[in-house]
Amino acid sequence: MIRYRTIASRLALIAFAGGLAGTSLAAAQAPESRPPAPTLSAPASPSLPADEQGFLRRWLVLEPIPTTGALTQSAVRDLLDRARLPGALTDVPRAGDTVVVGGTDLKWHAVDTSLYNVNLYHFAWALNLPTSNVLFWAVTVVDVPEDLVDVRLAIGSNAASVWWVDGREVIDIYDDRQTVIDDGVSDRLTLAAGRHVILGAVVNGGGATDFCARLLDANDEPITNVRVVDVGQ
Amino acid sequence: MMSRVVSALAVALLLSTPIGALDGDTAIHDPSTVIVEDGRYYTFGTGAGIPILASDDGWTWRRVGTVAEGVQGGLPTASVLTRGGQNTWAPDIIRSGDRYFLYYSAPAAQPKAAIGLLIGRTLDPSSPDYGWEDGGPVVWSDGVEDSNAIDPGIFRDPTDGRLWMVYGSYFGYIRLVELDPETGQRRYPDREPINVAINSEASIMIHRDGWYYLLVTHGSCCRGASSTYNIRMGRSRSVTGPFIDNMGVDMLQGGGKLFLGSHGRFIGPGHFGLLDLGDDVQKFSLHYEADLDRGGISVLDIRPLLWRDGWPVAGENLEEGTYQIESARTGTALELAVEGVPVGGPRGRGARGGFGGPPGAGRGAGPGGRGAGPGAPPPPPPAPIPPQTPEQVAGNWPSGPVAVRLSPYMSQAQQKWRFTPVPDAGGYPGSPYFRITIDGTGRTLAATASRELEVVPSFTGAPEQLWRIDQLTDGTYRLMPKAVPGVDEPMALSAVGSSKPTLARFRPEGDRERWVLKRP
Repeated sequence: MIRYRTIASRLALIAFAGGLAGTSLAAAQAPESRPPAPTLSAPASPSLPADEQGFLRRWLVLEPIPTTGALTQSAVRDLLDRARLPGALTDVPRAGDTVVVGGTDLKWHAVDTSLYNVNLYHFAWALNLPTSNVLFWAVTVVDVPEDLVDVRLAIGSNAASVWWVDGREVIDIYDDRQTVIDDGVSDRLTLAAGRHVILGAVVNGGGATDFCARLLDANDEPITNVRVVDVGQ
Repeated sequence: MMSRVVSALAVALLLSTPIGALDGDTAIHDPSTVIVEDGRYYTFGTGAGIPILASDDGWTWRRVGTVAEGVQGGLPTASVLTRGGQNTWAPDIIRSGDRYFLYYSAPAAQPKAAIGLLIGRTLDPSSPDYGWEDGGPVVWSDGVEDSNAIDPGIFRDPTDGRLWMVYGSYFGYIRLVELDPETGQRRYPDREPINVAINSEASIMIHRDGWYYLLVTHGSCCRGASSTYNIRMGRSRSVTGPFIDNMGVDMLQGGGKLFLGSHGRFIGPGHFGLLDLGDDVQKFSLHYEADLDRGGISVLDIRPLLWRDGWPVAGENLEEGTYQIESARTGTALELAVEGVPVGGPRGRGARGGFGGPPGAGRGAGPGGRGAGPGAPPPPPPAPIPPQTPEQVAGNWPSGPVAVRLSPYMSQAQQKWRFTPVPDAGGYPGSPYFRITIDGTGRTLAATASRELEVVPSFTGAPEQLWRIDQLTDGTYRLMPKAVPGVDEPMALSAVGSSKPTLARFRPEGDRERWVLKRP
């Protein structure tokens, strides 16, 4: 059972513990020394464009929240009802902010991934934190250069996950599954030019865990002319 | 061939008989290639004056008089009678420029016959431009030569635009001549026709991927349920042949790979005609000598045309039934977005090796697996798990509209879809519209105004709940709602992701809008 401290305001809960810029994840957090996550690094630029396949490769990831490991639809919905982030679903923490969960401070980390996906196993293992039976929250901010009509958020996740765009739930996929590009896809969305917050909750049972995310245009082709902004700086 | 005349009369007498497979009035013999003008479908058949069938959707057909009604002096024309006889059989039609060329058989006593040409500017009898001009005889047989000049089949070569006619019926050869696209007459009347096949009739050619296919009808017609008509084919890299079957036999020596024979209660298929609807949807028209469900009369049918290993294959129009709807793109199946209940009850991850060994036995504990000890008693045969029904599991299903999604198929109730033809709702070439419901419920798949999908609690007959289901040339299916609210362009069921179905413009170049329908 996850016990999540009830709080009126997310900001009120977050202790500003500083960022990770210029330091490895493992060095920053692990109580015992582990090598840094091989596919993840701290952001070193103000913004990061989507890659040539449209994948968003910069995220804020919260340290894992223990769960029962159940991945069914009802179990995941129940988990998210109890372990929802405080504050609005459009809030964007800063790297190093903390959230208190069950009496434990969990820290947000800003990461760039060298691959199309964010390897959450690498992330947690490097921090000497559990990788199985856990919930990861991840958030990013995408700057869209022009109004986009009929676009979709497309994600893959290991395992179950639920996603929001600007606070609106757009994707939910359940059960034990591997990350497949464009596994879960939203309905058509309209994104005005400017910043948009993408929030995901990834629930893992056992073993590997990761996710990938990108935007698709009206022809289901990847959108590459967007940038991740305001994450990790 | 007098029996064919008798058959034509019988057809005429039965034209008002209610018939079913295609809807409406589909009694016809020797139908021409189905041709489309302004969205309306036409075919022409054997009989006095050449009867015309028309359809606004390709599903429900009606008789709209005869060609002779649009020909000054009637049919056959005087010019054609100089070479042939009084009968009017087995026409074929093609559009060339802004005109239609309609070729018809005018046989006398076999094998004296002629094929005449009619030229028209519209197929719509209600149009002020409607009417047919006599183009004269095109080919003929003198009653002695090895030819019976009936059963024209017209072919435009897509590689160069040249126009060809194959013709003939049993006596002697199936022959090939080139036509002039401007006049419809022979382009080189002084050249000898090219013999391409024997022992057949109702010939026609099609082209695909560098191959020319000659399709003919073997066997006997016009004997009702005792007819032995069947459609056969050979192929050639050249339009002039030789046409060789799958066993290497030249059609000039009687070769011919079977394309379609009698089956079920449909006896004697013949007179193939290609109906290419574009977007990788090809169909073919034909007649059955006898439909046993309609008193054994000769009727029109339209079926999917598939391609496999370089040969055309006769597809089947979708039958009413329960199916799983599997994405050809992702391999996942369409389901109501509700939490599934494991079929047979929940099970943990058991031992590999079959029949579920004792807990913790691990891989190979089953019979024949590693670790099965000598002398171990055989396990009892596993009992069948009964099919899961909505009554067993629908307690947690929302009562209102529910989203759909794609998931691995597990034979669960929310994954099994019932396809039911909808009467009096119209259709498309070969089939009526279907409603698609979760089997055992009224929950109905529907298109939404946002170009997505949902399952509504019950079927209302609204256009967004009617589904057109075309089999594509590779055997997969395209599923299209009759209408999407507020959307003008046709849309098809699409797998935009492994778990996400949506509606999108059909894109034949990929698998997004291709679906495999399997019996659960």
